[in-house]
Amino acid sequence: MAHVHDCWHCGAKDAASLFCRYCNTIQPPTPDYYEFFDLPRRLALDPEELKNRFYTLSRLLHPDRYTRRSEQEQRFSLEASSILNDAYRVLKDPIQRAEYVLRQEGFPVGDQRNRDVPPELLEEVFELNMALDELRGGDLDVLPQLEQMRRKFLDMLSAIDRDLEALFRRHDDAQGDERRQVLAEIRSTLNRRRYISNLVQEVDKQLTARNA
Amino acid sequence: MSTFQIDFSSATRKRIIGIDLGTTNSLAAFMDLTGPEIIPGPDGSRMVPSIVSLADDGSFVVGEPARRLLIDRPDRTVYSVKRLMGRGLEDVKDELKLFPFRIAEGSEQVIRLQLGDRTFTPPEISAQILKELKRRAELHLGEEITQAVITVPAYFNDAQRQATRDAGRIAGLEVLRLVNEPTAASLAYGLDKRREGIIAVYDLGGGTFDISILRLHEGIFEVLATNGDTHLGGDDIDNRLLAIALEDIASEWGEDLSHNGEAVQTIRQAVIRAKEELSFRPVTVIDLEYGGRRYQRELRRELFENLIRDIVDRTLGPCRQAMRDAGLEPEQIDEVVLVGGSTRIPMVRRAVETLFKAKPHSELNPDEVVALGAAVQAAILAGDVKDKLLLDVTPLSLGIETMGGVVSKLIHRNSTIPASATEVFTTSVDGQRNVLIHVVQGERELAKDCRSLARFDLKDIEPLPAGMARIEVRFLIDANGILSVTARDLRSGKEQTVEVKPSYGLTEEQVEAMIRESYEKAEEDLRERQVREARVEADNILAAVEKARSSDAWLELTDEERAAIDAAINELQMVYHSGDHLLIRDRIGKLDNATRKLAENMMNTAVREALKGTKID
Repeated sequence: MAHVHDCWHCGAKDAASLFCRYCNTIQPPTPDYYEFFDLPRRLALDPEELKNRFYTLSRLLHPDRYTRRSEQEQRFSLEASSILNDAYRVLKDPIQRAEYVLRQEGFPVGDQRNRDVPPELLEEVFELNMALDELRGGDLDVLPQLEQMRRKFLDMLSAIDRDLEALFRRHDDAQGDERRQVLAEIRSTLNRRRYISNLVQEVDKQLTARNA
Repeated sequence: MSTFQIDFSSATRKRIIGIDLGTTNSLAAFMDLTGPEIIPGPDGSRMVPSIVSLADDGSFVVGEPARRLLIDRPDRTVYSVKRLMGRGLEDVKDELKLFPFRIAEGSEQVIRLQLGDRTFTPPEISAQILKELKRRAELHLGEEITQAVITVPAYFNDAQRQATRDAGRIAGLEVLRLVNEPTAASLAYGLDKRREGIIAVYDLGGGTFDISILRLHEGIFEVLATNGDTHLGGDDIDNRLLAIALEDIASEWGEDLSHNGEAVQTIRQAVIRAKEELSFRPVTVIDLEYGGRRYQRELRRELFENLIRDIVDRTLGPCRQAMRDAGLEPEQIDEVVLVGGSTRIPMVRRAVETLFKAKPHSELNPDEVVALGAAVQAAILAGDVKDKLLLDVTPLSLGIETMGGVVSKLIHRNSTIPASATEVFTTSVDGQRNVLIHVVQGERELAKDCRSLARFDLKDIEPLPAGMARIEVRFLIDANGILSVTARDLRSGKEQTVEVKPSYGLTEEQVEAMIRESYEKAEEDLRERQVREARVEADNILAAVEKARSSDAWLELTDEERAAIDAAINELQMVYHSGDHLLIRDRIGKLDNATRKLAENMMNTAVREALKGTKID
């Protein structure tokens, strides 16, 4: 994974990923988000620590700092800043962060539109569709029921988020095959989460359409 | 105002100015030793009204002198051209009912405005305003200015930003950065004194509305969310009042003046005066004279507020959306800053105060604060200010059109810029050589409801069975909020050719042609001026010699000396109309030499004459 290369400016071997460790010139940036932030590949991250690193790196890499520099340096600064911002956006959000690691470890996520209802949710989803149909039919009496179901789904999401936190810690402590097992578990938890979150969105859409 | 830590150790470098290219007024500013300063004109004025008029000789009249021409030469004069920047004919249909823009034939790809018998694109008109600001800066600072930071409404899309950058290039300015107006204003306020905090910048200008929410952290200005409306501003208020006055006059005078450009401009200026007065008084009078008749109408603030309530309310939706996007409640906003002339209206201030539950800042002149901020950003780019950094966002989501016209979002709105996204494309037919990617900007789900930015044509793809080609396309929004697209063939690793077809606006070739034309024009202008100046000098010396012929000094010359002068005069007259200023100056020099003795004689005569009148006792 490590991004080893010669410095384009002074020619030194093993120049390090953002700035040459010898001449301090900006280097072609690594595309790996963890490496970019110089963080270990852990799923549980301290948001404050991440934020501070983001600000520090922004000060060093932003194109505003390279206006008077060579074209090459300007290009690397633009490239590095865009990766920095993309990486920060992904890493600061636990869900996106987990999806990023899953993808890197060869677990496809989110691509196949998961139409299958998770078995434990069959009953709720059936009820929900009935209620939504009635609402579309103009029956406003289902509104309290919908509101109640929405709250239930939100509670489920919070519970899932707590599960995820525990899974993240298990992942970070595990090695090798055990780690991959945890990742597989995280993926199915994320799929369930996405499914429920889509349900909430659907309810919200119908409720706003009703209110509008 | 905060103190600025400025490092002028390398002051010999080229200076970068900051420019606020506004709908109604434009300003330039620079970083002085103590902080940002507005660059005044030779007459001391601080703003250049964004009005451009084409004179009969093909030159442009810009700013205050052009204001009079709005009334005298309405067919050759244009204002509020910012409303047309980077827009298509479809977008501005509604505007055209309210603004006296004369759209020329052939305005499909880019709008062309008719001024007299010539046509100009909005970037070319804006370039004239920029040139005027550049000229003022060069006069004031005594050096050539070629680099600038220009501000744009935060909610400007890619095409509007590109058009602004094009205008800069046509004016002979390298635009080092486009900065969002509310963000620039926050820089000028130096609110980073408080080191940490959340601020909201409410910017209601002549033609656009922006709201930006920022987090301050040890000199970093991080925009969390932005929203707005690029068609909402003081102009809309003026149009309301104008419509009422026109109706009123029609019933009073029995004459519909709404199609009379001259009359409309007279009335517009009168209602603007009334509007501005109502910010300081509870009652005013719309007062004007036209065609020998006088119209007067009292306007009370309550009525005015009823007239504009919905315009003010339209700013609140974007404010709430921006707070939602930033994940903040009004109570979490520490400070609110007001920007733009329209925030002088008391009703606007009340609305902002109610919404954000905070008394807004307005210590700095709301007309000037954006230009001052642009100057601070210019100093940041120059490396003179090192303790501040702006992290701005893209105001609109960027996506590509997929099957069934549905948009697949690649970069979401409020993403910190620079931002990028990568997608892999393939072919759908055997042997396919091209893939066309339609890029749009906006929040709607269907491409037809979003703003079409451009079509990118991936060309010369290796012919392969369908679905085998793998082209990786990288979409990159830079720190100016402008998109660029690069593509790579994943099988060969080679760069892939991408041809850009912008949906609106000028192609690169058109911009370059305009830059060339403006250079050639500048050279032409300079040459003409030099010739004119040389002729004036020739006229002076010829007149002086003619006058000397009747003096004693002439008689004191030898025949040879007189013949030499006549020959030199003849030589000068022969090149007088040549249009070559160097040649004229050369002959002026020769005549000057030939008349040296004459001049000496005249000087002696003058001294003698002077002495003659003096009694020596």
